[in-house]
Amino acid sequence: MTGPLYEVFVRAKRGLNHVHVGSLHAADDRTALSHARDVYTRRNEGVSIWVVRADAITASSPDEKEPLFDPAGDKVYRHPTFYEVPDDVPHL
Amino acid sequence: MDESERQFEDTIARHDRIEPRDWMPDGYRRTLVRQIAQHAHSEVIGMQPEGAWITRAPSLRRRQVLLAKVQDEAGHGLYLYSAAETLGVDRDDLEQQLMSGAQKYSSIFNYPTPSYADVGTIGWLVDGAAICNQVPLCRTSYGPYGRAMVRICKEESFHQRQGFELLMTMMGGTDEQRAMVQESVDRFWWPALMMFGPPDADSPNTARSMAWGIKRHTNDELRQRFVDMTVPQADALGVTLPDPELRWNEERGHHDFGQPDWDELKRVVSGDGPCNAERLEHRRRAHDEGEWVRAAARAAGEASR
Repeated sequence: MTGPLYEVFVRAKRGLNHVHVGSLHAADDRTALSHARDVYTRRNEGVSIWVVRADAITASSPDEKEPLFDPAGDKVYRHPTFYEVPDDVPHL
Repeated sequence: MDESERQFEDTIARHDRIEPRDWMPDGYRRTLVRQIAQHAHSEVIGMQPEGAWITRAPSLRRRQVLLAKVQDEAGHGLYLYSAAETLGVDRDDLEQQLMSGAQKYSSIFNYPTPSYADVGTIGWLVDGAAICNQVPLCRTSYGPYGRAMVRICKEESFHQRQGFELLMTMMGGTDEQRAMVQESVDRFWWPALMMFGPPDADSPNTARSMAWGIKRHTNDELRQRFVDMTVPQADALGVTLPDPELRWNEERGHHDFGQPDWDELKRVVSGDGPCNAERLEHRRRAHDEGEWVRAAARAAGEASR
């Protein structure tokens, strides 16, 4: 295989986010993009592609799950269902 | 059991997915690497039996279809190598292990394709069997593998249908063409049944793989499903499946069928099939002959940095 690992993201259609679809190896950014088009969009799966070198991504670790995500657990007041309002008031 | 091991077991127990950076037992990782690599290699080697017919396809339409299908097989190999790499293995290394024979690929690709009807039979029976195997793998416990399988299954359905259509067309042709189809089905039926692997009693790793959620069904369950699915399709085509023991069993609600020659499967898997040497030789040659492409890509990559 030639070159570093790239992660590939595809926007399926306008109005949607780019979504991670897989990875590939390429010698440079431009080639990565053209490989991504051949490997991941042979059937109109996308209207736009991002490729990014895997070593340029900073990711959270599964070990950090508690400090990162647990604090959100007890903040129920961030959800609309936390609030009691009369049923007969419209558009709330 | 420590905390990370407990988290792994809990994730498996609630049928959730394991993702690349999660802790996982060494055996789970090893099993996945072996299975995904073997699967990727099968896609890559699988280009050869049909690829041989691209220049000899009888019309432009058939040639376009075959070219697209063989290109898909290459793509499937790439999706799977990509999934394997998330387990910390190196893609070059996997390719080397394919070429050295250290890792296996599906036994079915060691059978020859001397007849054009084989293109149809591979699509219908071989890809049909692959779909039976692969659809449950979309729910496998390892996230990247399952996601690769979802993409693959979507594309395989075109493969199977084009094969069936090809055979239907030939069955509507001359007696000679119908005989070609039957002869091809006679050759591929038993090897297709072998694609599900040895009987459950001889498949010691199945229980472990199922406990880990890597496999969702046993070899025999999938083989039965394939036979039940294929019998009405064979009727619609007007071909005979070459098994005198094949019949509907009202009580079981399934077809009874004969056993493939398991010694033959062992021989083919261990390297002694009709085309093993040819397939690996071809792969090595293609790899060597592609060296100038890799060198050019490297040079272009360096120049553009």
